[in-house]
Amino acid sequence: MRVAGLVAAAAALLSPAVFGADAASTAGAGAGAGAGEAVYQRWCSHCHSAGRGNPGTDSLRVKYADRIPAVLLDRTDLNAAAVATFVRQGVQSMPPFRKTEITDAELAALAAYVAKNGPR
Amino acid sequence: MPTPPNVSTAAFNTALSAWRQTVGADWVFTKDEDIALYRDAYSPYWDEPEERLASAAVAPASVEEVQAVVRVANQHRIPLYAISTGRNLAYGGSAPVYSGSVVLDLKRMNRVLDVSARNAYALVEPGVSYFDLYNHITKAGLDVWIDPPDPGWGSVIGNALDGGGGWTAYPFRDHFGAHCGMEVVLANGEVVRTGMGALPNSPSWQHNRWGYGPWVDGLFRQGNMGIVTKMGFYLMPRPEAFQTSTIQASREEDIVPLLDTLNLLENQIVVNGSTGLFGGPRGPNAPAGAPAWTMQAPIYGPEKVVRAKMEHVRDLFMKIPGVRFTEGELFRTPLDAATLNRVRKVSFGVPDLSTFGMLGRSAANPNAPGGHIGFSPILPRTGEALLEFTRFYAENLATVSEGGALRFVGPVYMTNWERSLVALIMFPIGRDKAMNAKMRNAFTRWVELAAAKGWAEYRAPAIFQDVVADTYSFNNHALTRLRETIKDAVDPNGILSPGRYGVWPKHLRKG
Repeated sequence: MRVAGLVAAAAALLSPAVFGADAASTAGAGAGAGAGEAVYQRWCSHCHSAGRGNPGTDSLRVKYADRIPAVLLDRTDLNAAAVATFVRQGVQSMPPFRKTEITDAELAALAAYVAKNGPR
Repeated sequence: MPTPPNVSTAAFNTALSAWRQTVGADWVFTKDEDIALYRDAYSPYWDEPEERLASAAVAPASVEEVQAVVRVANQHRIPLYAISTGRNLAYGGSAPVYSGSVVLDLKRMNRVLDVSARNAYALVEPGVSYFDLYNHITKAGLDVWIDPPDPGWGSVIGNALDGGGGWTAYPFRDHFGAHCGMEVVLANGEVVRTGMGALPNSPSWQHNRWGYGPWVDGLFRQGNMGIVTKMGFYLMPRPEAFQTSTIQASREEDIVPLLDTLNLLENQIVVNGSTGLFGGPRGPNAPAGAPAWTMQAPIYGPEKVVRAKMEHVRDLFMKIPGVRFTEGELFRTPLDAATLNRVRKVSFGVPDLSTFGMLGRSAANPNAPGGHIGFSPILPRTGEALLEFTRFYAENLATVSEGGALRFVGPVYMTNWERSLVALIMFPIGRDKAMNAKMRNAFTRWVELAAAKGWAEYRAPAIFQDVVADTYSFNNHALTRLRETIKDAVDPNGILSPGRYGVWPKHLRKG
């Protein structure tokens, strides 16, 4: 039963030894320090990194069924405008981010950083 | 641009102009796309007329700026709704309780003012998140832990003021209970410091929470009597070790001695970690030998003490016939990175956001609508009460869930607070208005049914704060009336967070 499964999932989250070893992350390697990376680390990395316990990554893996990378920084299909739209409008469980959290200037740097491998 | 209720456009424009002078034009938000950022992403009324919406937002960076903003609001009788990090998702997010309020966004007040490892406390501003405080402590190399709640981006102050809890040791995981001293801006713009902070130049503001005379800090918990701009918190010196145990019992009625034993161990502060409790009545198809109840009883402390306590805990639980007791792995802190990645981080004082995997889209729940709200009544910490609740839930589930059409998540039994249980039931919320309406109806029905049994919530989503407040009705709502009397005295124009947790100013009260 679906509800029972969800309760089990909830119970598992409350269990202290549920998470397996983290997968090695290649995300961000060699990206170089910068304003966009700093914003990413502060606001995005907690959900969108590789490894378990990253609900953004888990959600995107289900959404795209591995047709495209689930880890945000591994994506090559994102442009800066799309990143900015998601940040300001939110999507699924992710709420929008206010300008007191990510200013317009920070958003521009973040969007450029996340979309660095995307179409020009 | 909308205007606040009962405020003229001219008066609002005058106030906005004054606020721009105070905080800078960049930090007064009046454009529709900026105000939209303050919507509650998990609102059960999303895109419906009843959705609670702001008229504007103002973001001061200092207590002096908060004072100036509040004075202008008071002069023009403009309702303000204070948020700290604005991440109170499932309880209203960054949206006001009273539509048309101006959100007072305190996120820019993000300074960690003091952390003492020697006396194990912190003093922070409202915009400081659990991530921020953790990073500050880590960078400074201080040997103290924070107590994170599930989402690490929440405000240390905001979570405490909303009645939130965390996952490490007693007494730190009751966040309001672990606070020590406040600074508060009142509706007239005056600044008050509580406890020892009322003594000019006191060196003991975060050393003694009571100070002298009647203690008023409780007025600001789930309250709207003032705007908290600083708050002290006790921190836990890093414990040398952590070990949990798993206790399983096969019969439903075993929950009575299980909880009695746990209570004794907790009330003697032998078990000091946040206990996990899972299970309930087993259906007819349950596998033979499957446990009815699984409990986890964690202990923090010096390794020798943890091991000695664990032996005692085992001895006590093993007195219950049929109980299985399994010691968990003993962890020595600080954990290395590999170990941290296989444990539940918040149990080790490390904030994260993994909780969003529980109700967000995931492999286990691919069609999750994204948001949720929680119904969480307080129960006595007895097995009899828990069994009564499980029967109550089972008896009413089919009706409230419309024959199973509505999928609730839970109940999850939380023991974050000493002496009681909280039975958490979560309701998925998304963008489907018809489904949201059904979930709202179900929520209200659970509140009513539970109240008839003498159970009510510890905390509620913004749109249900009146409904829940109404259940605390002893002696013709005497407690609500007392709060209203105080509200009228300290905020006579009713400008601070009208309606928060069911406390309305005089001019907005119904009936």
